[in-house]
Amino acid sequence: MKTVRVLIVDDHRLFRSGVRAELGPSIQVVGEAEDVESAVATIAELEPDVVLLDVHMPGGGGVEVLRRVLGSGAQVRFLALSVSDAAEDVIGVIRGGARGYVTKTISGAELTDAITRVADGDAVFSPRLAGFVLDAFASTEAPPIDPELDSLTQREREVLRLIARGYAYKEIAKELFISVKTVETHVSSVLRKLQLSNRHELSRWATARRLV
Amino acid sequence: MRPRAGRVVAGVAQGAAAQLRLDPVVLRLAFVLLTILDGVGVVAYAALWMFTATEQTEHPHGSRDWGQVAAYGLLGFAFGALALVSGAAAGGLAMWPIAVGGIGSLILWQQAEPGRRQKWMTSTVGRVRATWVRSGIGLLLVGVGVIGFLAAQDQLAQASTGLVFTGVVLGGVALIAAPWLAGLWRELQKERTERIRQEERAEVAAHVHDSVLHTLTLIQRAAHDPREVTRLARSQERDLRNWLYMPKQDADATLAAAVRRAAAEEEDAHGVPIEIVCVGDCDLDDGLRAMVHATRQSMVNAAKYSESPVVSVYLEVEPGEATVFVRDRGKGFVLDDVPDDRMGIRQSIIGRMERFGGTARVKTAPGEGTEIMLTMKRTTP
Repeated sequence: MKTVRVLIVDDHRLFRSGVRAELGPSIQVVGEAEDVESAVATIAELEPDVVLLDVHMPGGGGVEVLRRVLGSGAQVRFLALSVSDAAEDVIGVIRGGARGYVTKTISGAELTDAITRVADGDAVFSPRLAGFVLDAFASTEAPPIDPELDSLTQREREVLRLIARGYAYKEIAKELFISVKTVETHVSSVLRKLQLSNRHELSRWATARRLV
Repeated sequence: MRPRAGRVVAGVAQGAAAQLRLDPVVLRLAFVLLTILDGVGVVAYAALWMFTATEQTEHPHGSRDWGQVAAYGLLGFAFGALALVSGAAAGGLAMWPIAVGGIGSLILWQQAEPGRRQKWMTSTVGRVRATWVRSGIGLLLVGVGVIGFLAAQDQLAQASTGLVFTGVVLGGVALIAAPWLAGLWRELQKERTERIRQEERAEVAAHVHDSVLHTLTLIQRAAHDPREVTRLARSQERDLRNWLYMPKQDADATLAAAVRRAAAEEEDAHGVPIEIVCVGDCDLDDGLRAMVHATRQSMVNAAKYSESPVVSVYLEVEPGEATVFVRDRGKGFVLDDVPDDRMGIRQSIIGRMERFGGTARVKTAPGEGTEIMLTMKRTTP
């Protein structure tokens, strides 16, 4: 199996070394960065396969890194990693272009799995992210502007529900009598909708969740 | 003792104020008022000027603050004009409002703390200095008003002219006072914002102290017991997260909040992380309350018997019904093997749901973990 070259971007040194130690042998950590500037520079220099991106960082946070790197047309994939569960952060970083979102409490094995998945071009949804997406797409009464992008199919909903219930992709495939590849296709399709939908409700929903 | 620094005319008021432990501004205003009323102010000032010694310290730049001189001059002039117009100088009834107003502002002034007074003063002086044009116009208006009034006195029959010029005088005074009042208002607003910010900071500090620091202490004491450390850390994390990100919810009022609270309590009680995801929310009714109890029992079962490292709970509220999934990846069991007298599954979960018209489905097999699905019709919005 081909090793995945990973760059860790996080402003906490302890956390970077912790992640480095936990990752499986199929992952090769090629570098670390601790803020937006050094992250942008290091990504351009090392061209990693996957960037593990912290959401909260000095100098604009993960969203700023995404904007600058993806804005320049680089072909690098991002997996967001954060302690925050705020809907605004989660939806913000996904809409910024990250291929997935996991919380920092994730185990080393699960993180290794998630990185491999992102490197293969798939999306990684944590149960919480799946819950956010279901909530965001359900919470509108307004008719969709673009039906293809602005609503989820029945199947996508089922897949997201199972993720929210704590099912792994393999378990979802078994439950729905489909292949793991099909599960991945559905999740990627949801990710695309999440990123491309112009629905204002998405951002508004995320902001409203933040308000007390 | 008259200081050399910071004096307006000769430092008399400042020196006397230092001795009386008053703000010099109070004495300055008093001198101005006394001067207007019967000229005593000037005499008193002159006498004090002669009898008090000048401070002998090295203040090479004992420069006079001309902005303040102008401000007091204008103030005296304006009050004088007003007194003249209203007949207060002659000791008429109209003197009372001025006296009362003066005493009132003095009391207000004294009530304020020194720092704030300082701020008021600096902002006032700074503004007066910075808006010479405005002051000039004010002065001009006051002047025109007084001259006009004097001219009009010869023709008292035309009282309306007198009124017009009284208006002009008041306009002039207002023009002078307006920036000061505006500055005062802004200052008060700023103060208020600052206070709110400080209160918020205090609240955060109190929270961090009561919960986070406390937990860190407990963790250090329990360092030998990894299970307890995990439980403490987890419980603190949940607490902090709720505090930071969750809208404040009443756990007695809405379903999602009630399920979250139940999960938090069982997580604490059994030391097994319970991951909870909620989509939608609604008010509680009897059926949904029963579902919360059944959910709690399902979580207890998973945490106590399944040996799963983590329990996942998913709540979804749809227009017609609410559904809860409680899932573990533990050892599972064979449902038919559970003896009838085991109250947990049959009574606390299935029986309870069915009594309220809901359903409970248990999906389990040895080695495959367990998932309990609870569904209940909604009657609340």
